[in-house]
Amino acid sequence: MKGLPIREDDLQAYVDDRLAPGRRAEVDNWLAGHPLEAARLRSYRRQNEALQALFAPVLDEPLPESLKAVVRPAQAGGRIQLFRAAAMLAAVGMGSVLGWTLRGEMQLVQTARTEAVVPALPPALEMTPVAISDTGLARRAAVAHAVYSPDVRRPVEISADQEDQLVSWLSKRLGSNLKPPKLGSLGYELIGGRLLPGDKGPVAQFMYHDASGKRLTLYVSRETGDDKETAFQFAEIGPIGVFFWIDHGVGYAISAGADKAELTQVALVVHEQLHLP
Amino acid sequence: MGEAMKPNEDIRACIPRLRRYARALLGARGEADDLVQDTLERAWRKLHLWRRDMELRPWLFSIMHNIFIDQRRRLPEETLSLDEHALEFPVAPAQECMTDVYDLEAALRMLPAEQREVILLVGLEQLAYKDVATALGIPVGTVMSRLSRGRERLRELMEGRQRVVSLKVVK
Repeated sequence: MKGLPIREDDLQAYVDDRLAPGRRAEVDNWLAGHPLEAARLRSYRRQNEALQALFAPVLDEPLPESLKAVVRPAQAGGRIQLFRAAAMLAAVGMGSVLGWTLRGEMQLVQTARTEAVVPALPPALEMTPVAISDTGLARRAAVAHAVYSPDVRRPVEISADQEDQLVSWLSKRLGSNLKPPKLGSLGYELIGGRLLPGDKGPVAQFMYHDASGKRLTLYVSRETGDDKETAFQFAEIGPIGVFFWIDHGVGYAISAGADKAELTQVALVVHEQLHLP
Repeated sequence: MGEAMKPNEDIRACIPRLRRYARALLGARGEADDLVQDTLERAWRKLHLWRRDMELRPWLFSIMHNIFIDQRRRLPEETLSLDEHALEFPVAPAQECMTDVYDLEAALRMLPAEQREVILLVGLEQLAYKDVATALGIPVGTVMSRLSRGRERLRELMEGRQRVVSLKVVK
């Protein structure tokens, strides 16, 4: 052995190609006389290569929604998210209190004239004054929206990239065939869905977002009475607008931080798709 | 990472590699993505602490490392393997049984976490030793000794070399 003694650190750096050329040559020389050490270093190099090969596919996997959401500029800052969720919940809580004291009437902003909002609405879907008993659906949907839509980490249980699984799982649990409507024409993309406990069994919630990160939820629950139907109704619960109706005993509620006009458009598209054969 | 720094874009560009590292570190996909998520959220909150002259990747890995060890501290049985000297295999050595050969993934799982981190940051992420030291908050000398021990242990596990009966510390 000539020159500086070869140390273990040199050998490790040799494996990672991090030695200066001169030093590298010295190590090469030394290894020529130490075959066992040379074999050991070859084995370490194979480890590096195997690690690269084993985990390279992760680099090409599509990013899950939860991770995309974290870096979306519109949603930057966990604190803002949390604050928003808290504010929404507080507002919904206040809405409920009002609902109790004023029997639900004050919190409901009704459309007096249907035509002004939805000129092309079929007669059967005309807006009618809201019966107080129906506001439960809107309130439950708004609370579910307020709880889950700000959730950056797990907004949904099953994401849209497993849509088949989502459809079969939710349909099975709800006991009826249920496909998430496609809202791409309105700029909303499906994130996924989750199952929630409802008054009368499980409830499905589908979540969508638009390009700015704004989230919209569709809440589907089985209401009492198989033939029960209501007209389209709109309520504002805190900052959340809810558009809801009951059709063949199934309640649908669309919630978002959006105004009536926008939600009406969404409701029409949803309603139409649900009635496709 | 160019001259005009847009931290949002730069952080986004790092996500695939953060995911890869987390997956190699933890194995399970869900857990790994949760770790990445926590890392990104913390990075956003601490972005004001990041200086332009700091390399972004080691900084993100250091955040991930801190979250990782925080989480491990909360798991009582896991803390055992944090002890670098408790190097015994979880499997009792059987006399007539051949030495086991593990595939890379299984062998990684059997490494103490601090060796696994160094091996992955060096061998998989190809960070410079000084960046690994920064990310893990340890001296470069410690990086080198963990690297040396970890690689040898991985070799034993994967090549079925004769097991060195553990240096079990019996008190």
